[in-house]
Amino acid sequence: MEKLDRLSSKPTVKYGVYLAAVVLFFALILIPPILGIIIKWGTMGEIFGDVDLLARALNAVRNSFVIAVFVSVLDVAAGVPMAWLIARSKSKWINILDTLADVPFIVPTAVLGYSLLLFWHNPKTVSEFFWDSLIPPGAILVALLHFTFSYPVVVRVIVGALLDYKIEYEQAARTLGAPPLTTARTVTFGIIKPSLIAAFILAFARSISETGATMMVAGAFENGPIFIQNTKETFVGATVFVSLILIVFSCLIFAAVRVLGERLKLPVKGAWPTVERKLSYSGAMLARNSVTLLIFFMVVLIPSLFAALPAFEAIPTDVFSKALSRVYPWDDYWRSLILSYSLGATVTVLNILIGLPMAIIVARKRFGNFSSMLNTLVDIPIIVPSVALGVSLRLFWKELLAFIPDVWLLIFAHLAITYPYFVRSMAAAIERISIELEEASRTLGAKPLCVFRTIVFPLTKYSMFSGAIMVFTRSVSETGATMAVTELKTAPVVLVGWVKEKIAVSPLEIGLGCGFLILISFIILLALRLIVRGKGRY
Amino acid sequence: MPDVRLVNVTKRFGKIVAVDRVNLHIKDKEYFSILGPSGCGKTTLLRLIAGLIAPDEGEIYIGDRLVNDVPPEDRDIGFVFQTFALFPHMNAWENVTYGPRVKGFDMKKAERIGHEVLEMVRLHERLDAFPHELSGGMMQRVAVARALAAGAKLLLLDEPLGHLDAKVRNELRYEIRRMVKDLELTAIHVTHDQSEAMAISDRIAVMKKGKVLQVGTPQELYMNPKSIFVANFIGGANFLEGFIAEATDKMAIVELRGGVKVQAVNKGLGKGERVVLAVRPEVFTIKREKSRGENSIFGVVERVAFEGTNLRYEVRLENQDLIVVVMPSLSCEWFSIGEKITVSFQPENAHLFAYPETGLREELAVE
Repeated sequence: MEKLDRLSSKPTVKYGVYLAAVVLFFALILIPPILGIIIKWGTMGEIFGDVDLLARALNAVRNSFVIAVFVSVLDVAAGVPMAWLIARSKSKWINILDTLADVPFIVPTAVLGYSLLLFWHNPKTVSEFFWDSLIPPGAILVALLHFTFSYPVVVRVIVGALLDYKIEYEQAARTLGAPPLTTARTVTFGIIKPSLIAAFILAFARSISETGATMMVAGAFENGPIFIQNTKETFVGATVFVSLILIVFSCLIFAAVRVLGERLKLPVKGAWPTVERKLSYSGAMLARNSVTLLIFFMVVLIPSLFAALPAFEAIPTDVFSKALSRVYPWDDYWRSLILSYSLGATVTVLNILIGLPMAIIVARKRFGNFSSMLNTLVDIPIIVPSVALGVSLRLFWKELLAFIPDVWLLIFAHLAITYPYFVRSMAAAIERISIELEEASRTLGAKPLCVFRTIVFPLTKYSMFSGAIMVFTRSVSETGATMAVTELKTAPVVLVGWVKEKIAVSPLEIGLGCGFLILISFIILLALRLIVRGKGRY
Repeated sequence: MPDVRLVNVTKRFGKIVAVDRVNLHIKDKEYFSILGPSGCGKTTLLRLIAGLIAPDEGEIYIGDRLVNDVPPEDRDIGFVFQTFALFPHMNAWENVTYGPRVKGFDMKKAERIGHEVLEMVRLHERLDAFPHELSGGMMQRVAVARALAAGAKLLLLDEPLGHLDAKVRNELRYEIRRMVKDLELTAIHVTHDQSEAMAISDRIAVMKKGKVLQVGTPQELYMNPKSIFVANFIGGANFLEGFIAEATDKMAIVELRGGVKVQAVNKGLGKGERVVLAVRPEVFTIKREKSRGENSIFGVVERVAFEGTNLRYEVRLENQDLIVVVMPSLSCEWFSIGEKITVSFQPENAHLFAYPETGLREELAVE
């Protein structure tokens, strides 16, 4: 280790590692999806010759953006009171609520889609209180699904902002005469505005890019990713066209939100003391908290876990023993499960190896202005629809290196999708550490690698584990890109196939398949959580 | 007009008793300081008065109103935070006029108040500046202006000068007192700096481990400390251990370690009692005399430090106790290291205390 420490102080080695991280980022993550589209640029002509196809494509793109904007606004509006409740409540029960808010994270999105379909559409569930199907597959169910899987992300981001934020600002406002609602509106939201914008962007990006779960609840409805999925084999030009529009418009919307968001003035000047005072105290607060909890339980939590119910039903039947004995179609299922988890583990390790140096470059601005540019570029894979990313990657790698094994394509696709999550969370953790700690360590004789081992890593390991957990869950639940990039079947892909009735399976089997996936994901996450519990929080 | 009364106020955080049955009466228009070492509960006490935390027991009155269940926004107070807590997304003007706006004052009135207070703190020319564009002293002024603009008659200051450098701190403390007195406010100022508290306060409460040990004017606390801790915390002192060799109602002869005998004013202690004699560094005189005079002890100069206004001597006494003596540098004789000298003090300038049950070190501990 001492040798490595010494080696790390050599500028050639140090900058060699950083340079390798940058090169790998461009070569594996950023350029392939973009070039994949450019390679097939010429095929786009076909869509302009087919008026119906063009209209269908544009309609799908419009659907994507309308739903993404609508859902992101709703997510932030519903997520803020929940985050407030978690961050500000002194109740001992709040820890349980805090943990429950994370539950939808562990449900793979394809399972989540199926779960919502069962909950809202199946006549034997809530629908029986209304009519045959309360919400049939279509635009509304897609919006509801996107709301459900983005909600925990939004809540987590805003809770983080509220916990990091100095409570003294609120106390100062209160001592100056502002009731709690005025304080939140004029002071708190003004200060955490960047986090509100970040939450909006994340919800928007997830909605634009989600494919697998959307397919389960879309019915005849088409948004961008579903259009790509439906046409990727038959109309390559249409796929390239829609991918391009989604990427370009997403980038433009992101840029606009970032620029305009910073200039956006929240209404901090006006004050309505009488009204806001009335809305600040017990009755109004109780009503607000009740609505918040109702939304969380009825729209997010219970529908997310609903797919697990048929699994319980299946246990006493022969479906369960059939599943364990791996006869058709379960042989496929277990193989896909092994592929999913080993893929998740591989992608997590690769992310740590190539994402960590990038996080340091971004956080510590190792390459000056270029670091700021990298900081922006790192986010791009988040906004590319996962199915579009899969299609582009397949086009790029198959054109460039036709012999490349499918499993590598799969790894590259998952790496591109998960990379921003890891780099973002690590960069934020490193930024939070005072540079003076690193400098102090250097002045005491530590070489750069030793500084990382003894100072940076112990202080950021919780974030590193959290980032790794995010990468792992995202990879295990990814469906759209997986289906687009290869014929290999991960567990969510198999489940989508079952639900879409590509092979004949009973609802009980689908429920059991979803149940196994949720259970195993939950056990792995619980184990990781137990390992990292209490570590690295300083 | 706001006087503040605390009756048996207690606040616990888990097993820690941060404020322990505190009784205080802060008079209207008084500049009152709460002084004590870190962790003594002084900030907790101020936050209880502000309503930022609620007491577990006891009653808090502002004026005649019991405010235990009144939220901070309805207590009619101004609060200056140690870190200033200026809203980073608002400029100086918006920060200062925040109170009048959220209290529903009409805009003309809010603006008039804003101009007045910014004029008062001499920051009118920086009203467009955001907090990060201001120096520490300026931020502190804006924080005070913001608290004043809310129109409260009770100003609470939580170590408001703690984040400033010494020179700015010395200037601003008098400025704050002047404003408080000009506006006829009641001010409660929390600090751990005894010189700051002495310089600006009408009265001071000294706290230790959640309890108020003594309340009095700066002179009373300095001249007549009621405990070893107060004698040490206000002004500083040398503590010499010994026994009462002889005692009358007014005077006592104390036999220090090594058999050295000195006289001190007696405060009801009896013959044979173990005692601690507190003598402030500045009440000693040093001479080169070789003969023992009244209340004098032989010693050797071990260290000398020139502090500008004063000379600070560390003297090893004949009984091996080490004391500190401070003399005005311009008007005293200078002594060098190793020089044999005699130190003496007037009996009425020494404070005699019974030896603390918990030991002297524990009694003096500030943490």
